[in-house]
Amino acid sequence: MAKMKGTIVVNTERCKGCSLCVVACPLDIIALADKRVNRRGYRYVEQTNPEACTGCTSCAIVCPDGCITVYRKRVES
Amino acid sequence: MENIVSPENLVYQKPTLLNDTDMHYCPGCSHGVVHKLIAEVIEEMGMEEKAIGVSPVGCAVFAYKYIDIDWQEAAHGRAPAIATAIKRLWPDRLVFTYQGDGDLACIGTAETIHALNRGENIAIIFINNAIYGMTGGQMAPTTLMGMKTATCPYGRQADLHGYPLKITELAAQLEGTCYVTRQSVHSVAAIRKAKRAIRQAFENSVNRRGSSLVEIVSTCSSGWKKTPVEANAWMEEHMFDFYHVGDLKTVES
Ligand SMILES: Cc1ncc(C[n+]2csc(CCOP(=O)(O)OP(=O)(O)O)c2C)c(N)n1
Ligand code: SF4
Ligand code: SF4
Repeated sequence: MAKMKGTIVVNTERCKGCSLCVVACPLDIIALADKRVNRRGYRYVEQTNPEACTGCTSCAIVCPDGCITVYRKRVES
Repeated sequence: MENIVSPENLVYQKPTLLNDTDMHYCPGCSHGVVHKLIAEVIEEMGMEEKAIGVSPVGCAVFAYKYIDIDWQEAAHGRAPAIATAIKRLWPDRLVFTYQGDGDLACIGTAETIHALNRGENIAIIFINNAIYGMTGGQMAPTTLMGMKTATCPYGRQADLHGYPLKITELAAQLEGTCYVTRQSVHSVAAIRKAKRAIRQAFENSVNRRGSSLVEIVSTCSSGWKKTPVEANAWMEEHMFDFYHVGDLKTVES
């Protein structure tokens, strides 16, 4: 069966840690990085379970700062 | 994973018109989402060289630093007057203003109403966060009844402060407007609808169909003293009851 595999690339230097993408992700696989900040002092986000991502783009659409790039590919499983 | 990160699998990226300058907006601010939509729409319309924005006084005062099109900065509230002149001199341009509620619905009420009533072929993008964001969260004409701000710490009261102004409903009554709508950008579905509304308004400007007003019910998490996630929830719970989302006027042409 074919399924969608996705991944996101976060521009961590642009991220302000607002968490809007965290709550927008339907799979709940984005979180604020633990005890790490960018050069502007913001905790940035990262994917916690990249294997599960379907590349739905929800996180990227809601990001006010355009920090997230999304890739998606159909794979046979 | 590496073999997914490749150009042919790209499904979403920041619009290129929105440049790499870090935006000064607070984390989670609705202004950022709307900037992104404006950049996407202008790119999709192929109007990069023919779009002219007029930026306001308020938090969006630096909009011109972030979206790589031509801009004119206006004095507080005067953006529709400036846009009027630009569009009359350059009729083939996509001309829009970008204004907050303090700018558009308080100091600039006259310019807003008269430009819309004259049917100037401009689009107005109106960010209504029910507060003066830039200056520290004071009450605006759009502040909800009972809502606490820096200048009404016990909540807005009718006898002291009057009633919240629904300028978008007023605009829908004016002969000059061809498209009046109220949208929001708090969810994926809402953002998609808001983008279609901005596209419609921009096409109306290019095709000289009259004035368009797109209100975006927005958050100001700093002014509201909430996290961005809480601010979106507060907006859904309180703002939409008073500021109903949807099209108020669409004139078929
Ligand atoms: C003539 C004039 N009066 C007052 C001000 C102070 N001032 C700056 S921004 C602002 C209000 C901004 O509020 P709004 O338009 O709602 O935009 P926001 O910052 O919330 O995006 C005011 C009153 C000014 N800059 N110029
Ligand atoms: S929505 Fe954007 S700025 Fe906010 S936490 Fe996510 S990536 Fe960072
Ligand atoms: S003060 Fe409010 S409107 Fe201004 S950038 Fe911050 S959150 Fe946005």
